[in-house]
Amino acid sequence: MTDPGLSRGQPGRAFWRGYRDCAPFTLIVVPFSMLFGVVARDAGLDVLQTMSMAVLVIAGASQFTALALLQDQAPVLVALAAALVVNLRMAMYSAALVPHLGHAPLGMRALMAYLMVDQAFAVAVRTYEDEPQMSRAEKVGYYMGCMMLICPFWYAFTLVGALVGNLIPASLELDFAAPVCFIALSAPLLRSAAHMVAACVSVAAAILFHALPWNLGLFAAALTAMVAGAQTELWLRRRRAAA
Amino acid sequence: MIDTGDFWLLTILLGIGTFLIRFSFLGFLGGRELPEWLLLHLRYVGISVFPALVTPMLLWPAATGGETDWIRVAAGAIAFVAGMRISVIGAILSGMGAFYGLRAIESLL
Repeated sequence: MTDPGLSRGQPGRAFWRGYRDCAPFTLIVVPFSMLFGVVARDAGLDVLQTMSMAVLVIAGASQFTALALLQDQAPVLVALAAALVVNLRMAMYSAALVPHLGHAPLGMRALMAYLMVDQAFAVAVRTYEDEPQMSRAEKVGYYMGCMMLICPFWYAFTLVGALVGNLIPASLELDFAAPVCFIALSAPLLRSAAHMVAACVSVAAAILFHALPWNLGLFAAALTAMVAGAQTELWLRRRRAAA
Repeated sequence: MIDTGDFWLLTILLGIGTFLIRFSFLGFLGGRELPEWLLLHLRYVGISVFPALVTPMLLWPAATGGETDWIRVAAGAIAFVAGMRISVIGAILSGMGAFYGLRAIESLL
């Protein structure tokens, strides 16, 4: 058996597995992207503007933030900063993907960066950790499968929302799809006591840091929770070694 | 009304900035080996980010103007239990189902 990191494995099969594993999240991406289309048209954007934003940014939460601030007549730089801070979490995703995908060629890494969305990140990393025997090529294939499912849905249903938005009553409250999505992502990640600690600290810190300006509360809470999770794991390891 | 020039300036800068954030470590570090302490922390990225994203969405939703809406909190809790007990699809369906179900009951009361 050669080094599994060097063998090619079956990237094609991994692609379709990623595609299937991310399928449940289309249930979330459809209403959420439609909502963006509706909100953008309500704010006075035309279809081309709405689609340009969805394609150039592909990050729902920051698109809503930017739009809301522009509507409030905030200066462009203020809206930009607030929206970018919402996306800072993706620098953490980017770092967490290095050990799995960092070997890919630069062009591929750029494409993977452009496509990096929450759902696919969470599903991919969970699978990599469950199956350390996956080859490097399979990891790339799996990642692309996840992203290739989510992103076309994101574009297509933003367009649907932008075109038929006035038919969707506001009383549907499609925005609730966002918290449900992140809850569905969190539950399978609670795989150890240390992960439980990280999640609880994350919730508590999000409440504690809620008043921080410029959306920095999320970033601060996430960093705190990461340290809490890692320290708990170390402590549990030491205790096991002592026993 | 949103100014057209402002819109395009913001959209293009946000597109570039968001790409650079996503590209950052994956793009510039590439295949370099990361130190053990960093790998340890990076294993907790997902579970540290998602609950911190959800918490304000559930407690102070923008859709209600920041007013706590107990139906949202309850439906979120139901989604979480279903996610732990059943599956990802279970969490999504029961979360949205509970939300609309409770809204329907609320409108009858």
